[in-house]
Amino acid sequence: MQFMLLFSRQGKLRLQKWYVPLSDKERKKISRDLVQTILARKPKMCSFLEWRDLKIVYKRYASLYFCCAVEDQDNELITLEIIHRYVELLDKYFGSVCELDIIFNFEKAYFILDEFLLGGEAQETSKKNVLKAIEQADLLQEVCGLCPR
Amino acid sequence: MPAPIRLRELIRTIRTARTQAEEREMIQKECAAIRSSFREEDNTYRCRNVAKLLYMHMLGYPAHFGQLECLKLIASQKFTDKRIGYLGAMLLLDERQDVHLLMTNCIKNDLNHSTQYVQGLALCTLGCMGSSEMCRDLAGEVEKLLKTSNSYLRKKAALCAVHVIRKVPELMEMFLPATKNLLSEKNHGVLHTSVVLLTEMCERSPDMLLHFRKVWLLVPQLVRILKNLIMSGYSPEHDVSGISDPFLQVRILRLLRILGRSDDDSSEAMNDILAQVATNTETSKNVGNAILYETVLTIMDIKSESGLRVLAINILGRFLLNNDKNIRYVALTSLLKTVQTDHNAVQRHRSTIVDCLKDLDVSIKRRAMELSFALVNGNNIRGMMKELLYFLDSCDPEFKADCASGVFLAAEKYAPSKRWHIDTIMRVLTTAGSYVRDDSVPNLIQLITNSVEMHAYTVQRLYKALLDDISQQPLVQVSSWCIGEYGDLLVSGQCEEEEPIQVTEDEVLDVLEGLLVSNLSTPVTRGYSLTAIMKLSTRFSSVNRIKKVVSIYGSSIDVELQQRAVEYNALFKKYDHMRPALLERMPIMEKTASNGPTEIMQTNGETEPSVPDTKHLPLVTQPANQANDLLDLLGGNDVMPVIQTTLPTKPASAGGELLDLLGDLSLSGGLAPAPSVPVSQPPFLLDGLSSQPLFNDTSAAIPPMTAYSKNGLKIEFTFERANPNPNIAVITIHATNTTEADMTEFVFQAAVPKTFQLQLLSPSSNIVPALNQGSVTQVIRVLNPQKQQLRMRVKLTYTHKGSPVQDLAEVNNFPPQSWQ
Repeated sequence: MQFMLLFSRQGKLRLQKWYVPLSDKERKKISRDLVQTILARKPKMCSFLEWRDLKIVYKRYASLYFCCAVEDQDNELITLEIIHRYVELLDKYFGSVCELDIIFNFEKAYFILDEFLLGGEAQETSKKNVLKAIEQADLLQEVCGLCPR
Repeated sequence: MPAPIRLRELIRTIRTARTQAEEREMIQKECAAIRSSFREEDNTYRCRNVAKLLYMHMLGYPAHFGQLECLKLIASQKFTDKRIGYLGAMLLLDERQDVHLLMTNCIKNDLNHSTQYVQGLALCTLGCMGSSEMCRDLAGEVEKLLKTSNSYLRKKAALCAVHVIRKVPELMEMFLPATKNLLSEKNHGVLHTSVVLLTEMCERSPDMLLHFRKVWLLVPQLVRILKNLIMSGYSPEHDVSGISDPFLQVRILRLLRILGRSDDDSSEAMNDILAQVATNTETSKNVGNAILYETVLTIMDIKSESGLRVLAINILGRFLLNNDKNIRYVALTSLLKTVQTDHNAVQRHRSTIVDCLKDLDVSIKRRAMELSFALVNGNNIRGMMKELLYFLDSCDPEFKADCASGVFLAAEKYAPSKRWHIDTIMRVLTTAGSYVRDDSVPNLIQLITNSVEMHAYTVQRLYKALLDDISQQPLVQVSSWCIGEYGDLLVSGQCEEEEPIQVTEDEVLDVLEGLLVSNLSTPVTRGYSLTAIMKLSTRFSSVNRIKKVVSIYGSSIDVELQQRAVEYNALFKKYDHMRPALLERMPIMEKTASNGPTEIMQTNGETEPSVPDTKHLPLVTQPANQANDLLDLLGGNDVMPVIQTTLPTKPASAGGELLDLLGDLSLSGGLAPAPSVPVSQPPFLLDGLSSQPLFNDTSAAIPPMTAYSKNGLKIEFTFERANPNPNIAVITIHATNTTEADMTEFVFQAAVPKTFQLQLLSPSSNIVPALNQGSVTQVIRVLNPQKQQLRMRVKLTYTHKGSPVQDLAEVNNFPPQSWQ
């Protein structure tokens, strides 16, 4: 995976995870253009498109679009499953997640993503294990002001 | 200094902003506060401030002044700080700035931290954005963690290693030992990431791939793991809609694909499991189809047996019928990849593919179109073309150009008849005329020219099309051209294929003139129509009208048009005698290389005669006879001798070579040693010889010609008519040499087609002196009773600068007067 973007129906970015080195300016341009392209698509269209020699997989959940750019050899259908797994994780963590949760707790959304994917690939295929790790880390954050060395 | 506001507070506040300006103001205020807080080196609230900065960054505002603060957070002991710090680093830092290198030491320390969650943060950051330098520095740490028994860390280390290898491929080797035992883990996270790591290594290094295949015996291992996944019962932890860990299954299938590619043994070893997955996977949900999709990709890429391949194509066929458009999309993509290798199997699904042309989704339509063109063949051309033309009518503009090109190509390859071909092209031009590529106009013109029997039909249809619509330029151009060429057929109402229309010359000229004045016509089109009008001057009788039109455009603003008109005007005035010849019907055009074989290419009926024909009078070479012998022979002798050339070198074989050169001969050895060879020919020699000297001057009527000029040797032919017998052409060859060295042992030999007879008299010498200091001359007499076009094949041999030279040439450029 090269990057993942979450954005609203109005085109506002809610999360951006980049797995390839690009400057801030380049990232902004890509986000802006891609978001426009996807928002322009009709609901009946399929979830995959070719955009500037990238394979894009996207899916809308309520008011949020989840959009990934994958490599040529990547399986588009399983990418849809990856997206779905991430949504499930958010859902379990926040309890019936909605866009507002992600807006107000964006850093948590990132933490969860970073327990699920690393370097663009899935690191843990068990929902339970991802959530357990997040739980423990949250606990660590709360409990200890200082980490033992 | 009051505590900086909390993150959530800030978010809430910013969201209340009603305008962009208001939001910007709030952000600027907060940024100022944050900046001063950073300046004060406030440790307590640094984390909060950076978090706020990250939020504002996400809204699109600059946050680079927070970069160093992130580094400070990473260095902090507090887990909270580290969490935000690493997040900030991943969002704000970029490997192109040197600042990021400051992270390296922190990451190194954190990789060795006692808390696995801190180690995890470090691994994650390194694996996400580590630069090559960082990777080089920290690869050792990663490798260490790859060997830990802590599966939480091990899986992260594996993916981190993948990133390191991508950044610094040379480091791949160092991870090899640690990778060996990864697959024996039970933990799915570790298994999944190990497979990813192995995949990366295989893709990057063919040597690794071989090593894994042969030494590690990776294929059986993977097959076993996959089998366990499928066979094992329900595992709630990894279950997705009844399928156990689909993510792992897909990755294993992908690695198997790489291992099985171009290797028979590996492919065989995975045959069964692939068949099993292909048949047993539940297809009701996307998850099952994802696995099937990967399986199909693997089957098609390895050396699978044909049964398995057919199974794969059938799965794709079923995908095509799936309600889910995503599934249809991947099916079409995969079929497009396999259509070349498994053409027949894909053909079976042709009707479903054609149905996809009507899909609403643009990507699906495009793929269906590409696939449809790939499936067109001689058997299905009529049916397929109907569908494709219908598609062309209704598709979006972005498709029209490609579709039109595809139709042209397919029609060219497989057209069942000329008429069908022309009708198809007309259909494309009328429906998608403005989208066809530029080269389709000349290609179509060529096709029309070569379909001689269709000329009347074609021009009629094109004329009718023009009456309907003159906006589509390619159509208008082709039509103008055709009317110019075949206007006479149009007005004479000669069409056989359909009801001939009644149209007068004036009506045709009206249409063409209409094109000239219309706003819709481009300058190129105007050029076409002016030329067409001009051509009609030799085909129509209303020449005056045409003259008038042409003269008007002599003052056109358009330079191209003006030039044409002026030249055509001149054609009417000064060169009127040349006009008919110049404006004649076009001949058949040679087809240059096109994209596909043209089976419908026809010549104009006659085949070119091969030059020269097989049987003809060869020149038999013999030792010298002087011209004096001729006089002896002339003494009432019926028998015609063949005068020989002087030949200093091998006589007989030289003649034999000449025979070879000219193709198979039915003449037997034919080299009589005697100077006079009894040949049963009419005694033309007698006629010829009586009048002409051997070295003659050129007749003014027949211009000389250069018959051969190569490597410094030039041979010129000069002509004169032998008066007593106008059927005899007397040609004198003059051989000259522009090089610095003499050409010695020069021999000129000639052969003519069988309807001619040839006599070669002795040459003046056999040395062609250097630097044009002299020439060798020789007389050839050619009898041409049938007055056919004279052609000759010559063979030259000589010695130049010590080495023998030999050359063959055809002489076809005889002036018409020499044989008419």
